Amino acid sequence: MTVTTNLGTVLEVVTATDTGMVRSHNEDSIAADAQIGLAVLADGMGGYNAGEVASGIAVAMLTTEMKQALEHGEPHEIKGVSGEPTAVALIRETSAKANAAIFQTAKSQPQYAGMGTTLVVALFYDNRMTVGHIGDSRLYRLRSETFEQVTRDHSLLQDQIDSGLISKEQARFSQNKNLVTRAVGIDPEVETEIHTYDVSPGDIYLLCSDGLSDMVVDDDIQATLVTLQSNLQLAAKQLVQQANDNGGRDNVSVILVRVLVDFAVPTGWFARFKAWFR
Amino acid sequence: MAKLIMSLDNAVIRELPLDKERVTIGRKVHNDIQIDNLAVSGEHALIVTILKDSFLEDLGSTNGTLVNGNPIKKHILQNNDVVEIGKYKLKYESESPGGQSSVADFEKTMVLRAPMGGKPPEAPGSSGDTQVRPAAPAAPKSPPPTPAPTAAPAKSTDKIAAIQILSGPSAGKELELVKNLTTLGKPGVQVAVITRRPHGYFITHVEGATLPIVNGKSLDAQAHQLNDHDVVELAGVKMEFFFKNN
Repeated sequence: MTVTTNLGTVLEVVTATDTGMVRSHNEDSIAADAQIGLAVLADGMGGYNAGEVASGIAVAMLTTEMKQALEHGEPHEIKGVSGEPTAVALIRETSAKANAAIFQTAKSQPQYAGMGTTLVVALFYDNRMTVGHIGDSRLYRLRSETFEQVTRDHSLLQDQIDSGLISKEQARFSQNKNLVTRAVGIDPEVETEIHTYDVSPGDIYLLCSDGLSDMVVDDDIQATLVTLQSNLQLAAKQLVQQANDNGGRDNVSVILVRVLVDFAVPTGWFARFKAWFR
Repeated sequence: MAKLIMSLDNAVIRELPLDKERVTIGRKVHNDIQIDNLAVSGEHALIVTILKDSFLEDLGSTNGTLVNGNPIKKHILQNNDVVEIGKYKLKYESESPGGQSSVADFEKTMVLRAPMGGKPPEAPGSSGDTQVRPAAPAAPKSPPPTPAPTAAPAKSTDKIAAIQILSGPSAGKELELVKNLTTLGKPGVQVAVITRRPHGYFITHVEGATLPIVNGKSLDAQAHQLNDHDVVELAGVKMEFFFKNN
């Protein structure tokens, strides 16, 4: 029996991506599928158009592989002896595949040598969200009025903040913003940082590239989301515009996901029975 | 490479390149920068340089360390900062003072990796001695970016505008548009937002079945720039947009 959960009525998802004011092309790639509860964002790096090739491979790989896998299994199911939900294994395996694919392409085609990409991916299921990330693309959460960064960057700057070398306030003035300590496709293997969080109706999640978080301070991002939460499409557009108004030095991409209703997986025979007819 | 230009009473004494990860400043001879003056402590200050950032730290000196006239404990040096230790001034010049780098390559993201050893990139700085070296050979070469704080606060238009309500129960009320975003209207009925941007103020429809009306004309879903004395109609309430004179 295959029950493909459809989250199309549970999640409201909008996306926006823009080249910015300075760069000649957009090396960010994004994809979102409310039906399966998936959002993926990647910020590519590498000469010529290699960056967009890398981020493109990552996003295409994750979306197609996950979609396929989800047709045969539910993300909340506990898999094997590890005790972790399928979603976690899925994110780990598909991002490893994307890493291998980019690494191989870079090795076999000289024009793509050295390309890589950051990655942030969120899979929603059963009132939960599993987030995987590599590099400095971020996921934030707005819950009622509280705005928090959920992912921690894999960057030199974050390491410096963690070791107490500089404060978060000083970090805004650092010249070392552009150095990530982990990326997809640079080494034969990469470790994806994966965590699972509970979500509640009303939550708004923001996935973004550093083109947003470097150009617009967190307080302004929060103000925009709080003010425009009744119109997510406009909020996404406004965030991109703010990054561009502040100089738009990098490509800027955002994905906004709003949880509309409770979406716990029905347990017990009656609930399952009811779900069957829904 | 960043450097310090040391001067006393406006006379330049010497140039000191920050060519090591740690450069110590003090009166005692073992310091990298020795200043033989009684106002300077034996071990006075330390500058740690990591790639393009230099961090200045006062080592608990008796007379303190000033940056641009303010006492500091720890400080990220910015181009042209003036460090004062005793009567001595040390002007900090970052590696490319004002140098224009090609804009397209500006601030490209790069990957940092431990020098060798196969393992996926380890967090530098997590263990004290981990050497940090910029990226794979083929990664984009990033020219030293011009020193400029990135996340600059939104440079909004200088002219402050306001809205005055013309009709309804709150007629006469005035609202200054100082925030980047100001929402107007009744939630659930009709809401519009006025955004303050570098080149002026714009109104955009947020929610509700009806669209805002400006000077008698209904808007579409796009942002619309507001001009002085435009009359906006929202949820049946008329209001005037105008620039404040100051």
